[in-house]
Amino acid sequence: MPQARVVLKNCGVIDPKRIATFVERDGFKALAKARQMTPEAVINEVKASGLRGRGGAGFPCGLKWEGARKAPGDEKYVICNADEGEVGTFKDRYILEKDPFTLIEGIAIAGYAIGAKMAFVYLRAEYHYLFALLRSAINQAKESGFLNGFSIEIREGAGAYICGEESGLMESIEGKRGEARYRPPFPTTSGLWGKPTIINNVETLMNIPPIIQNGAGWFSQMGTDKSKGTKVFSVSGDVAKPGVYELVLGSKLRELVEEIVGAKDVKFVQIGGATGRIIPAHNLETPLAFETVLGAGAVTVFNQSRDIIDIIYRTIEFLQEESCGKCTPCRQGTQVMLEMLERFAMGEARPREIRDLEDLSRAMVITSLCGLGQAAPNGVLDSLQYYRNIYESRVKA
Amino acid sequence: MARLKEAQQKFGYIPEEVIAELAAALDLSVNEVYGIASFYSFLSTRPLGRNVIRVCQSLPCYLRNSEMIIRAVAKEIGIEPGETTADGRFSLELTNCIGQCDRAPAMMINGDVHGDLTPEKIAQILKKYK
Repeated sequence: MPQARVVLKNCGVIDPKRIATFVERDGFKALAKARQMTPEAVINEVKASGLRGRGGAGFPCGLKWEGARKAPGDEKYVICNADEGEVGTFKDRYILEKDPFTLIEGIAIAGYAIGAKMAFVYLRAEYHYLFALLRSAINQAKESGFLNGFSIEIREGAGAYICGEESGLMESIEGKRGEARYRPPFPTTSGLWGKPTIINNVETLMNIPPIIQNGAGWFSQMGTDKSKGTKVFSVSGDVAKPGVYELVLGSKLRELVEEIVGAKDVKFVQIGGATGRIIPAHNLETPLAFETVLGAGAVTVFNQSRDIIDIIYRTIEFLQEESCGKCTPCRQGTQVMLEMLERFAMGEARPREIRDLEDLSRAMVITSLCGLGQAAPNGVLDSLQYYRNIYESRVKA
Repeated sequence: MARLKEAQQKFGYIPEEVIAELAAALDLSVNEVYGIASFYSFLSTRPLGRNVIRVCQSLPCYLRNSEMIIRAVAKEIGIEPGETTADGRFSLELTNCIGQCDRAPAMMINGDVHGDLTPEKIAQILKKYK
């Protein structure tokens, strides 16, 4: 079976309110082991594991850490991105609810590796109800002496999808509008308050303790060539058993949506939320991996009763609202795209608007400042590829 | 931003005077502080009710009939999304994905999350918020 428990191994097993139940299950042993190693050796282990970021972009984690380690400066920061705003994603919420301790251990190892004295967990406002649990877990770790003076603070968001984008997130921690930054410079050299900073997703950091504990070789046995380990998926929509599932990378989409969560009459699946890809039912054999399609692991299933144009319209409606407005291609592009899609939805589009939609999409992909605008047209382009006939049928002659 | 959040908690919104005071204290322009206050959906520059209901409008909830939930809440308290009841008890807002898609349709009231909603459950839930 493709299911595995690496990231979620303690979820539902330990009591997230009591550190003793975590320590009993070898909690903080990886942190102790890391401290016996040099920071460079820790980074090399993470590099050798092949771990890539689980927040959607898939950047090699060890390389990011190495960049921050080597960057000049005494003051460095670790940021844990818990601003899980992508539509259909709730895996980090599940992890925070069930096992905050492994996350804390992962953050502390990251801090040791890059030479940071301080970390921030950026928690989205919608997860405020988890604040007390997380703060208690951090305090328990501190009081039990596991943090060695390393400080972990929680910063709460205030409702903005763009703050899950790493540069918008840092702007928000600094107290500003969460608008994307121009890059370079990259955060590893000039991040939070201009200091070298790594920003890692919750799930990425959850992988660190098992990698240090069991070794890079153990980890890299799982998965495909370019996608090592497991991935935690958030499955929702037209399925019998919505929820959080951890699969070895490279597992087939069909295994997840048909065998594990019991979806029937699948028409298409959206993977990666609003900025994700559309996979039609005839491509359910697609493997879930960075080489093919993954994002942050949101899997939203749509049955035969759903209309592709209605779904894409709602997807762009979301992105148009959440665009931070800093760059023109994204701010105006999502607006114009929404107007066009509305005409398709109403059956009032002009014949040339299919071409216009494609041209606008390509322009946004090339010219937008950050991942939001660059990936916003994904669903539009995929739906035009697979369901062009539906678009054509909504054109007013 | 922390001070804007404090004002939001204290007054239920961020009054213009607070924005002006903060701008002066932090040596920023009023425009900059207003820009921050208006950027985030959990900060409000107009007065809101004592309890803010945010019903999720994103796709996973939409697929599970969130529109029926929006109608049920609107009917129960007699206002439309974007409005506040005359007695100041409730504001009704629509919100983007709140990460409760496995419990769809879902909504938040203040900081609390309510999932697996049906129109029948709405009246009972709202009773708890005075």
